[in-house]
Amino acid sequence: MELNSLWFALIAVLYIGYFVLEGFDFGVGILLPFLGKNDVQKRVIINTVGPHWDGNEVWLITAGGATFAAFPHWYATLFSGFYLPLLLILVALILRGVAFEFRSKDENPLWRSFWDWAIFGGSFVPALLWGVAFANFIRGVPIDANMNYVGGFWNLLNPYALLGGLVSLLSFVLQGAIFLTLKVEGILFDRAYLATKRVCLPVLILVISFVIFTYFQTDVLSRTGVIPDLMPILAVLALLACGWFIYQKRNGWSFVMNSLAIIFFTLTIFLALYPRVLVSSLNPEWSLTVTNSASGPVTLKAMSIVALIFVPIFLAYQGWSYWVFRKRVSEKTESLEY
Amino acid sequence: MNATSLAQWQFGITSVYHFFFVPLTLGLSVLVAIMETIYVRTGQDVYKRMAKFWGKLFVINYAMGVVTGIVMEFQFGMNWSNYSRFVGDVFGAPLAIEALLAFFLESTFLGLWIFGWEKLSKPVHALTMWMVAFGANISALWILIANSFMQQPVGYEVVGGRAVMTNFFALLTNPTIRVQFPHTVFSGFVTAAFFVMGISAYHLIRRHEEDLFNRSFRMANIFGAIAIILVIVVGHSQAQHVIRTQPMKMAAAEALWESENPASLSLFTIADEERLQDVFSIRIPRLLSLLAYNRLDGEVKGVRNLQAEYEAKYGPGRYVPSVFVTYWSFRIMVGLGFLMFFISVVFLYRLVRKRPLFQWRYASLFPLVIAFPYISNTTGWLLTEMGRQPWVVFGLMKTADAVSPTVSASMVLTSLIIFSVIYGVLMIADIYLLVKYAKAGPEPSEVLAAHSASEVAYT
Repeated sequence: MELNSLWFALIAVLYIGYFVLEGFDFGVGILLPFLGKNDVQKRVIINTVGPHWDGNEVWLITAGGATFAAFPHWYATLFSGFYLPLLLILVALILRGVAFEFRSKDENPLWRSFWDWAIFGGSFVPALLWGVAFANFIRGVPIDANMNYVGGFWNLLNPYALLGGLVSLLSFVLQGAIFLTLKVEGILFDRAYLATKRVCLPVLILVISFVIFTYFQTDVLSRTGVIPDLMPILAVLALLACGWFIYQKRNGWSFVMNSLAIIFFTLTIFLALYPRVLVSSLNPEWSLTVTNSASGPVTLKAMSIVALIFVPIFLAYQGWSYWVFRKRVSEKTESLEY
Repeated sequence: MNATSLAQWQFGITSVYHFFFVPLTLGLSVLVAIMETIYVRTGQDVYKRMAKFWGKLFVINYAMGVVTGIVMEFQFGMNWSNYSRFVGDVFGAPLAIEALLAFFLESTFLGLWIFGWEKLSKPVHALTMWMVAFGANISALWILIANSFMQQPVGYEVVGGRAVMTNFFALLTNPTIRVQFPHTVFSGFVTAAFFVMGISAYHLIRRHEEDLFNRSFRMANIFGAIAIILVIVVGHSQAQHVIRTQPMKMAAAEALWESENPASLSLFTIADEERLQDVFSIRIPRLLSLLAYNRLDGEVKGVRNLQAEYEAKYGPGRYVPSVFVTYWSFRIMVGLGFLMFFISVVFLYRLVRKRPLFQWRYASLFPLVIAFPYISNTTGWLLTEMGRQPWVVFGLMKTADAVSPTVSASMVLTSLIIFSVIYGVLMIADIYLLVKYAKAGPEPSEVLAAHSASEVAYT
């Protein structure tokens, strides 16, 4: 039981890391066509995430693998049930990953503009769909007694989930815009800063409406009462602080605050789920939980030992890579690899 | 077609496609790391230019491997949810560990390598490519540990209709992994070697950058010759291992219908798959026993006998994989393997004797050797995976029982079409870029000298 909860927590941490990190490179990808007005500017923008996007994506791959290993039923129900949204996410991630590498390797303007839009679309679609997916997790989806998802594609596109999608989309755009204010200079900095100012308020409004909507759409009211957990409150406070720092032009702090908002917000969802991993809207008895969907003790123990040793190691070298590339990306073309 | 066969087609297409990029990553990362290490040790500029040139091709190839790899991880849950439920306990662990140990390493250090030429000291920069190489090959180890479980399930017991892990260590020391891992990794090294040899030959024939490409060719030739010998040696014990653990796979791959002692080897067989008999066959007596047991006798079981044996053991059903696919993929793989061995030895001999390499009549065709390892790799996996059918986990679960019950045929068809179209387009773009940069050759050294304080753009 202990290890089951540990792995639930670890998967939550992996998704949080994924949203905080890939959040900014999704945001940068979405902002690319709006902030980059010429080829050099576009290349500068892409190069800010160049060394990082792939490492950020591994957080998702690890979350997927950890779900498979620790909670096979969660993995099986979720991935087969959310078939079409996941297909869209895969297509997006394929095009975007290749686009980063291929874009600047040919001079043809048509080639470059194709991959620019691939970066935009490939960032936009998952940024939206992750919010849709996570909102559906807590709202509940039709899962039958055999742990199979029996709904269709349109079940997943309800208003509440779409609102969740907008929350993740705009949070990531904000995250990307703030990240750019830390990584670019000159006119690009001005544009990125303007974007942070414009997106900040809509994010706050969306998050608050989502939290309120959550009372009506999920069983959170019966579980925690009117007074919410600490986490959503902290998320809103972090967002307020983020906005304040943006207007103070303290962009490092606004990045920290928006990251905290994403962290608290994702925690809200995982805490609303626990001890369930997927909520059945048909019958609460049929929900998947950390107990009924988990692997056996040998697997969990072996995985825990491996994670205990290697998570600190990868955190260290990924952190080091951020340190190596801490400087702003300039417009000197010879320093642009992408 | 029903959902199961569509899902099988999708898995086949996406995994063959994925493995089109993986082997080169396994080997070329090592070669580039060696080149850069020589540069660091000797300070010779030509080795830096080599590392940059081959590294650029490496990166183009690598991107495709990464994005197609995500599909593989998601696909088990999307299309094979019953499989995931049944074996997730055992099979999921190596996948998760692969991500944790290998993917973070590869992706982070490749980012550092691509963007870090001016930001890291020379030895540290060379070290990043070694980390990429280490990550790539350790990734192969973990995914093959997962695959080995499908070939030879160990370290589990079936509890409540699910395979539950009882011994993690048994999983890591699966007898299949001991042959499958070196066979796959050394095949990757061979792939990189022939890739480098082929492209180097293209330039050497045109007398372009002869110094750089001579060094590249020599390094790849030595690397490839060692690797292909290891592939063949390990492959031999792997085949012997398969005869013991999955005799049906070998019986089908040898078109051996009835058990024989001593067993004959088929040189050329046209098979009647329905009736499980020869239409036409040329066989060499005793040779299969020799290959199977390293002696001139010993029984090798035939398809019909195994079919009867499995019916008695597992119940009614057809337990024979496609003889056409297994028989021919085995022969193509082995044939090309020996051809590559032959090419490596001949050119190594000419290198040692300092004979001219490309002054023969059809020398301009030499770059086509790049195709050989790719065909060999693909047929090897076709043999391994299609030869295991109808099982998805040998002796435990049939492929037909593994599919997602809630995913309809039309949904699978949708994703199959989408993946095929996107993969087709990306393949064209990828080959276009690879050919473009391979033909263009390395950056001229003056440029490197001029920019030695800064950076050479990849455009």
